[in-house]
Amino acid sequence: MLRCPWLVNSGMLGERALPGRGLSEQVWIWNQVLANNPVIEFRDVAYVLPNGRQLLTGLNLQVQSGETLVLLGRSGSGKTTTLKLVNRLLIPTGGEVRVNGMSAAESDVIRLRRSIGYVIQDVGLFPHFTVERNIGLVPRIEGWPAERIHRRVEELLQMVGLDPQMASRYPHQLSGGQRQRVGVARALAADPAILLMDEPFGALDALTRDQLQREFLALQQRLNKTVVFVTHDLREALRIGSRIALMEAGRLLTVLSPEDFLRSSEPLAAAYVRAFRDGLDSATNRGAS
Amino acid sequence: MNFFHFLWQNHEQVLELTLEHLWLVGISTLLAVLVGIPLGILSAHRPFWNKPVLGTANIIQTIPSLALFGFLLPVPWLGDRADRLAILALTLYALLPVIRNTYTGIRGVDPAVVEAGRGMGLTGSQLLLQVELPLALSVILSGVRVAVVVSVGLATIAAAIGAGGLGEFIFRGLAMVNNQLILAGAIPAAVLALSADFGLGWLERRLRPQ
Repeated sequence: MLRCPWLVNSGMLGERALPGRGLSEQVWIWNQVLANNPVIEFRDVAYVLPNGRQLLTGLNLQVQSGETLVLLGRSGSGKTTTLKLVNRLLIPTGGEVRVNGMSAAESDVIRLRRSIGYVIQDVGLFPHFTVERNIGLVPRIEGWPAERIHRRVEELLQMVGLDPQMASRYPHQLSGGQRQRVGVARALAADPAILLMDEPFGALDALTRDQLQREFLALQQRLNKTVVFVTHDLREALRIGSRIALMEAGRLLTVLSPEDFLRSSEPLAAAYVRAFRDGLDSATNRGAS
Repeated sequence: MNFFHFLWQNHEQVLELTLEHLWLVGISTLLAVLVGIPLGILSAHRPFWNKPVLGTANIIQTIPSLALFGFLLPVPWLGDRADRLAILALTLYALLPVIRNTYTGIRGVDPAVVEAGRGMGLTGSQLLLQVELPLALSVILSGVRVAVVVSVGLATIAAAIGAGGLGEFIFRGLAMVNNQLILAGAIPAAVLALSADFGLGWLERRLRPQ
């Protein structure tokens, strides 16, 4: 019945929002509220740089609980900007971003960020921390007891397919794929309901990327997080997205399921699909000739 | 040899002046670190302060040391005691390398690491104390090292205003045209500078992140 146990754990909405009610009753009420409400919502959002460059215009988008929404587009299309608006690394210059039904601008930014996992392409592991300290950072600053952090780190290492002995290693002693696994584990540490991933597998070789994508899918099936995933790779988008949001020059062109994306007549979507098919076809043709 | 004979005969005074020298350098470096690191952090985080802070430290550096000692002499509380004055002057000179290296060190932290930290919900001070400063530490330390080595040399001039230190031997030797006396000040000062350089250099290498 606890569809959203994190709501109670995080203390973001639960007790504070509805004082004097029983726990289960609160969960029930919030489940009702959330059943119809998107977890993340962009309402007519714009982002303009101080120098006047328009990075994002009139963005309206909803992300539902438990789905993996992929933001697909070229570099400079506004994907990363969109992502950073969710955890308020950027503040919209127009419109409103709502997370868990609250305007991101009104909520406590530190609490908001700790309730959202964040994975980036460059990983950004702390080079002076061991793997264990990297993964356990948010739990530690949240004041978890050491024993619980230790158990959580072991559990997470196992979850992302790493040997628990890795815990005492430093980031420079890991391969690129291992580092990114640690990056994912770190983002999951405090069990956030939302995961933001900015080209997390972009810097990896094709085989490692393939393996991590597969593991990500398996993990997502188990954990059921609400994921926003940025990529410029159609193959990746088709593989892991429940829906694909296609962006170009700061605008959202369309949001489609992977199946519809392949059939779409939208020019850019069609161009993506054509480029993707051409790659396979030309290889096949050369093999045939 | 005569020189070593001289050192041995005057070893108590050599020791006393060396300790005095260390005191001048030590206190002034400590003050420069206490003032310079926060100023370096400020100029790294607030671009507005970057130019005024580094510019001022740069200008101070260009004032000839003897002139700076002279300028400070008439200042009320300071001028009362020569060592106060010398410590202030040495502190001012040590500021530039400390500020500049703190600035460089913090700006040099991998932006991805800082962004990951912010995205994970570290507060500004958590980010500074747990990520930025530890990663900038070896660069900051190399600034302190430059400051110490320069201070050891500069502190010999402090004897000109009666602040003591190994400069006393040097000035006395110059006045008496006695090379042994000059060397009795110069050699221990050089040894101090070299050992500080070596020691801090070793520490710096140990702390350098991989």
